[in-house]
Amino acid sequence: MSGLALVLHQFRYEQKVFWRSPATVFFTVMFPVIFLLIFSSLFGDERIDELGIETATYYVPGIITLAVVSATLVNVAMRMVEMRESGRLKRMRGTPLPTWAYVGGRVGNAFVVSLLMVVIVTALGNVLYGVPVPTATIPALLVTLVVGTFAFCSLGLALSIAIPSEDAAAPITNFTVLPLYFLSGVFVPETEIPDGVLTFASVFPIRPFFELLLTVYDPLAAGAGFDWGRLAFVAAWGMAGALITMRWFRWAPRHG
Amino acid sequence: MPEAVISVSGLRKSYGEVEALRGIDLEVRRGEVFAFLGPNGAGKTTAISILEGYLPRDAGAVEVLGEDPARAGRAWRGRIGLVLQECRMESLLTVRETLTMFAGYYRRPRSVAETIELVGLGDKADERAGRLSGGQQRRLDVAVALIGDAELLFLDEPTTGFDPSARRTAWAVVEGLRDLGKTVMLTTHYMDEAQALADRVAVIAAGEIIAAGTPDDLGGRSRAASLISFDLAPADAAAVRTAVAGEWSQANGRVTLRSGDPTRSLHELTGWALANDVRLGALEVTRPSLEDVYLELIEAGRRR
Repeated sequence: MSGLALVLHQFRYEQKVFWRSPATVFFTVMFPVIFLLIFSSLFGDERIDELGIETATYYVPGIITLAVVSATLVNVAMRMVEMRESGRLKRMRGTPLPTWAYVGGRVGNAFVVSLLMVVIVTALGNVLYGVPVPTATIPALLVTLVVGTFAFCSLGLALSIAIPSEDAAAPITNFTVLPLYFLSGVFVPETEIPDGVLTFASVFPIRPFFELLLTVYDPLAAGAGFDWGRLAFVAAWGMAGALITMRWFRWAPRHG
Repeated sequence: MPEAVISVSGLRKSYGEVEALRGIDLEVRRGEVFAFLGPNGAGKTTAISILEGYLPRDAGAVEVLGEDPARAGRAWRGRIGLVLQECRMESLLTVRETLTMFAGYYRRPRSVAETIELVGLGDKADERAGRLSGGQQRRLDVAVALIGDAELLFLDEPTTGFDPSARRTAWAVVEGLRDLGKTVMLTTHYMDEAQALADRVAVIAAGEIIAAGTPDDLGGRSRAASLISFDLAPADAAAVRTAVAGEWSQANGRVTLRSGDPTRSLHELTGWALANDVRLGALEVTRPSLEDVYLELIEAGRRR
C-alpha cells in the first residue's frame, strides 16, 4: 500500500476502535451534547448584553470547543498512553508502517469526529434554540477546525509523553484541560470572567481557539470570520507540541 | 552451509553502571532455530532488542539480514517479524481485523485466514481480542508476527505464562515455522523448550555467553561425565578420597565422585570397599540431565 492508502487503512481501524469504545463515545460525543442541552436550557433565552447575542449562540461554539478538544487532545493523549504501555506502539514500530501514516490515521480520525461534532452541535443549536447556522463563515470554520485539530492532536501527543502510566492518563489529561475550559469562557460566559483571568487564559491555545469559533458563530460579526493572528497563535502551539513530540517521544512502555 | 542471517561480534551494552552485555559473539544461519537460554536478567532481552533495532548498542558489530539494525529502514522491518515479551493487542478489534490491519503494512503478507488457522485460532477469528484467554492472546501476538511472511522471526519468551498444553501448541507453531524455512531466534528460560525447539542454543548469564552448541552437545564434557554417589561415614570418606583419585565432593554424609571413566572408577571404588569391609550405602551412578548442566553453567557463570 502506498502513502494515502496506508493512512486511510489506518484511519478505518481507528474509526472502528473509536466507535466500539463506550467510554470514548460517551465523553467525546454524548458529553458535549448533554452539556449543550443543560447550559442552553438553563440560560438559553437570556441575552449577553455586552456581546449582543443570546446565551445559546454563545454556547454552541463553546460546546464545539469542548468537543474538539476531547476528540483531539484528550483522546490522542489517552490512547497514545494506552498504546505505549500495552507494548502495542513498540510493536507497531517493528512493522514497515511509516510513523507518519500511523499518526495520519489518528489525526484523520480526530478531524472526522470533530467535524461530526460541529455538525451535531450546530444542528441541535439551530433546531432547539434557533442559533443561526453560520453559512457565510464556513470557510473560516473549516480552516479553524483544521488548524485546531493539528494543534490539539500534536499537544495530545506531547502530553502523552509526560503521562507515566495508563492509570494516570485520565486524571492528568482532565486536570490539564478542565480548568482551561472554565478560565477560557467555554463553560462560563466570558462577560462574567475578570479581564486578568481572560488575559491569563489567552496564553494557552483553548481560549483563542474558542474565540475563533465564537467569531465564526457570531451573527453580528462582519466579514468572513478569519482571524489570522489567532490562527497563527493556535498553530504555533501546535508546532511547539510537534517539536516536543519529535524530540522526546517514546515507543516503549515506561515500566520495564 | 547456508549464509548467516545474524552475525554479532563483541556486542556490549551498559545501563549506567550495570553491564548488561559484556562482549557477545554469535552467528545464526538461514533456516535455523536458535535459542537464547538464560535466567531472568541475564541479558537475553537486551540482546534481542538490539538485534530487533529497538536499542542502540555501546560497542560491537551487528548485522541482521545484511544490515545494521540500528540504521535499518522500513524495507528491513518488512523482513522481520517479532513477538515482544509483553504486548496486549487492541481489545476492541477481532482476531481477523487485527491481522487484516497488520497485513496492510506489508508488501506481500500471508493470507489472514491461513495464519489464523496456523496458530489455532480458527474458531476465534471473529472474537474481539479483549475476550480471548491469555494463551489465545499470545497466539494472536504470534499470528501478528507471522502475517508479514518475514524471513526472520524474533520470539522473546514466547511461552512465558502458558499452561502446559498452550506451550505444546506454541511449540508446534515454531515447528511449523521451521518447516516453512524461516529463521527463528527465540529466548527462553526453560531448558526443555530450548531442547525441544532449537537447532542450536547459547546459554547466557550475567551478560556473557557461557556455552553454545546443539542441545545435545551443550556443556558436552560435563554431560559426558557420570556421578557416582553413596552414603559413607566421614572417617571412611576421608580414606576413600585418598585411595581413589578423582573429582570428589561431599554433602550431608553423601559422597560424590565425578568420573569420565565410570567403569574404572567403580572397579577401584568397590575394590577399596571390599578390601576395607566398608559398605557403600545407596550406591548410585547417574548422568547429569541437561537441566543440571544448565544450572551448573549458570552457577559457574555467576561465580565468574
